[in-house]
Amino acid sequence: MKKACLIVDDSRVVRKVARRIAADLGFECIEAEDGDKAFQSCQQSLPDVVILDWNMPVMSGAEFLEKLRHLKNGDHPKVIFCTTENTATQLQRAIKAGADEYIMKPFDSEVIESKFRQIGLIK
Amino acid sequence: MRITDFDVYKDLLREKSGLNLSPEKSSLLESRLSPIAKKWGYASMEIMAVALQGVPDKKLINLINDVVEAMTTNDTSFMRDVTPFTLMRDTMLPYFISKRARQKKIHIWSAACASGQEPYSIAITLKDKGLPPSWKVEITATDISRDSIDRAKMGVFSQFEVQRGLSIHTLLKHFTQDEDKWILHNDISKMVKFDYFNLLDDMKKMGKFDIIFCRNVLLLFDEKMRKTVLGKLTQHLEPDGFLVLGKSENTIGLSEDLKPIQGSSGVHAFRDSLHHVN
Repeated sequence: MKKACLIVDDSRVVRKVARRIAADLGFECIEAEDGDKAFQSCQQSLPDVVILDWNMPVMSGAEFLEKLRHLKNGDHPKVIFCTTENTATQLQRAIKAGADEYIMKPFDSEVIESKFRQIGLIK
Repeated sequence: MRITDFDVYKDLLREKSGLNLSPEKSSLLESRLSPIAKKWGYASMEIMAVALQGVPDKKLINLINDVVEAMTTNDTSFMRDVTPFTLMRDTMLPYFISKRARQKKIHIWSAACASGQEPYSIAITLKDKGLPPSWKVEITATDISRDSIDRAKMGVFSQFEVQRGLSIHTLLKHFTQDEDKWILHNDISKMVKFDYFNLLDDMKKMGKFDIIFCRNVLLLFDEKMRKTVLGKLTQHLEPDGFLVLGKSENTIGLSEDLKPIQGSSGVHAFRDSLHHVN
C-alpha cells in the first residue's frame, strides 16, 4: 500500500509542486489549503507524512501541529515544516513545536527526497 | 559539433583527467563547455577546439584547466547515499578505535571532494560520534578542480546545498546562518586539509589511509584506466582499511582483492579482512 502525504499550504502552486514531487516518490497525496482543513483530513485518516506551511489563514501550521499530536496516534505522521521564513531562529522554533524536519522554500525534488530519506520514509 | 572537434575534446580530456567521453555525451560536452568558450571569447566550440590544439603556453594551460574542470565537476551533496556514513559511524570507527588503540590515529582520504560536502560530512560524522579526545583524525580532501578546492576551503554553502542531506538538527548544530548562506563552524572545517590532486598523477606523496572515499569517479574512466586508478588507490589503503566507491560502482573484473560489504552502498574491503565487518 502506498504511503500517504498530506500537503498543507495556502498556495495552490506550492501544493501542486510538492504533490508532483511526492507522487513521483511513490506517495499518495492529499492537499489542504489551511490548518483546519488539514486537521479535518487527519481526523478521518492519518497520513504518514505532512508537509506543512507555517503561516496560513484559519489555523496556522503550529496550531495544526499541536492539535495533530493530541489526536489518537497523532505522533505517527512525520511532520516537515516548509516555509519561506528561513532563519535559524525559525528553524529552532519549528523543531521545538514538534516538527521532525524543515524545508526552506524555494525547494526542489532533491530537497524533498533528501528529507524523506532522512526521516526514514524512503530508503 | 563536427566529429573531428568532438575528438579533440575527447582526446584532451582522456589525457588530462582519464575521462572516457562516449559520443552520447556530446550534449553534456556542449552544455558544460559552451560557458567556457564564452568566458574565453571563442565564438563557438569548434573555434575553441582549434585553440586547444595551439602552442602550449600559459594561456593555453589555463584554458585546458578550465575545460577539464568543467567536465569533471560532479554533483555532490552532504551525507550522499547515507549508508556509507552510517556504516562509518557504526562499524568502521568502532573497529578502528579498537584496532588503533595504540596509534590513536585515523587517516581518511576524500579523493574527489568537489566543493567539500563529502569531507565535511566525514568530519561531522566523526565529531558527532565523539572520538576520545587523545585521538588524532586526519581528513585529506583532494580534487582535480582548483575552483572546487577554493570553494570547499571556504566552508560556505547555500540554502539548497545544506538542505540536500543535512538534517535540521545537524544544520543548526554545525552551521551559522549569514543571510542566505550557511557557514560551517571552525571546529569542523579545521578537521579537513584540502589539496589539488589528479588521480592520474603519482600517488607516492599520499601515504596510507584507513578509509578512502572515491565515489562516482571510476565510472568516468574506461576499463583500463579504472584498473590503473583502483590499483593505485588500493596500494594506499591499509590492509584492514575500507574503500568507499559510489553506490552503483563495483570492482568486478577490476580487482580480485577487494570485495563489497553487503548492502553497504559501495563500501569495499580487502577479501582477507572482511571478517571484521561481516
